[in-house]
Amino acid sequence: MSTTLLAPGFADPAHDAQRLFRSVLDAFSHPGRIVELHDAPAGPGTLSPAATAFLLTFADRETPLWLEAGVDKQEVRDFLRFHAGTPLVQAREAATFAVIIAGGGEPFAGFAIGSDTYPDRAATLVIEVPALDGGRATIWRGPGIDGEVRLAIDGLGDGFWSAWAANHALFPCGVDLVFASETRLIALPRSIAVEA
Amino acid sequence: MPDTTIQDTSPQDGAYNYGYLDEQTKRMIRRAILKAVAVPGYQVPFGGREMPLPYGWGTGGIQVTAAIIGREDTLKVIDQGADDTTNAVSIRRFFARVAQVATTTHTAEATIIQTRHRVPETPLTDGQILVFQVPIPEPLRMLEPRETETRTLHALSEYGVMQVSLYESIARHGRIAKTYNYPVMVNGRYIMSPSPIPKFDNPKLDRSPALQLYGAGREKRIYAVPPHTPVKSLDFDDHPFEIETWTESCALCGSTESFLDEMIVDDTGKRLFVCSDTDYCESRR
Ligand SMILES: [Zn+2]
Repeated sequence: MSTTLLAPGFADPAHDAQRLFRSVLDAFSHPGRIVELHDAPAGPGTLSPAATAFLLTFADRETPLWLEAGVDKQEVRDFLRFHAGTPLVQAREAATFAVIIAGGGEPFAGFAIGSDTYPDRAATLVIEVPALDGGRATIWRGPGIDGEVRLAIDGLGDGFWSAWAANHALFPCGVDLVFASETRLIALPRSIAVEA
Repeated sequence: MPDTTIQDTSPQDGAYNYGYLDEQTKRMIRRAILKAVAVPGYQVPFGGREMPLPYGWGTGGIQVTAAIIGREDTLKVIDQGADDTTNAVSIRRFFARVAQVATTTHTAEATIIQTRHRVPETPLTDGQILVFQVPIPEPLRMLEPRETETRTLHALSEYGVMQVSLYESIARHGRIAKTYNYPVMVNGRYIMSPSPIPKFDNPKLDRSPALQLYGAGREKRIYAVPPHTPVKSLDFDDHPFEIETWTESCALCGSTESFLDEMIVDDTGKRLFVCSDTDYCESRR
């Protein structure tokens, strides 16, 4: 492998990571809010700029990463190993972060949900979606939302929202989600109830 | 191909990285903050290192602020409501130097407000982050010293011990005697310590449009209340929660709505009441 083939990471690591962190924090603090990531790098392979930015901001040597087969390409692996130092894992239960392509069945099965005493030890899943609108209408309610918010994220499989209801029912355990599309993302923490 | 990993290559500015903390530490704290926001009121343990900071700065609050702050931020720091105490001035100068941020004393201008012991009187808005310095994060600690036990009580949402403690206070004093650090229930799930703010400030935590982040340095815990999240001060049907009231008004601005500090102004023991929130008080004069 020659590193000259690698897509670039952050141009200005400390400041890019800080700005992107605040954008993601804004998304988690306001579930359903569409957040534009102005500094998102182009990213390798089919990984969206938003997913790339999220991983470069949060992933490192201490956060095992699981990649769905459709994303798990050599250039993606090389990029994440080089720029984030992230170990890639085969076992879902070992992953701190994961990148999933929308549309598959049982999207959350097997990932760490934390425990009643340590609910923070749960995975955060980045779900690559074709668009953040145009899909099935949903209503979100919960912490961070003033009343309710209506969304129609595209490309999610048939069983997706019933799987989410089961995940939300595990609260305070459960996975947290980030929907990524191009340079934008929406966060869905486990605390949020979704009416679909 | 070997697994290639690289160390942080973030530019170093002399002795410290941007924002004082190294990038690895910031990432770890940022991950803890996301989980804290995802589970409102739950205390997330974080690794963190000992920070060589002056006593009284509140290393938990400093670490949270250092992990979130950026060049576009405007920082306000208050200590007991005042922007001009030694600690508040020092912390503001510290971040102006290590993070090149603008600072302010005006609540409405700040994007990040680091605080010890007060919530500003001026209502907070969407986009603002309130960072609390927390000395003792565990609200059940005085009732149950064992960490494994308090963790289990939170896991089971088994809060009878707190109810009993508050009711004993009513039996003894005729009311709940706690005036600072008055425990709250966050989103109907976790009992949380709001840090040693007066209970006067508790209603400001309820459904605030601002994000609340709490950092405890010694015990290495971070917890959060997202915007618009219900925060209920614990009480009983026959003893509802009430905040402090004063018969006096502020001697400087005349406010009858703010939290007042009592001051002895001369050697005859003459007393005055003035707003604890200096920015609020000055803006009204
Ligand atoms: Zn006043």
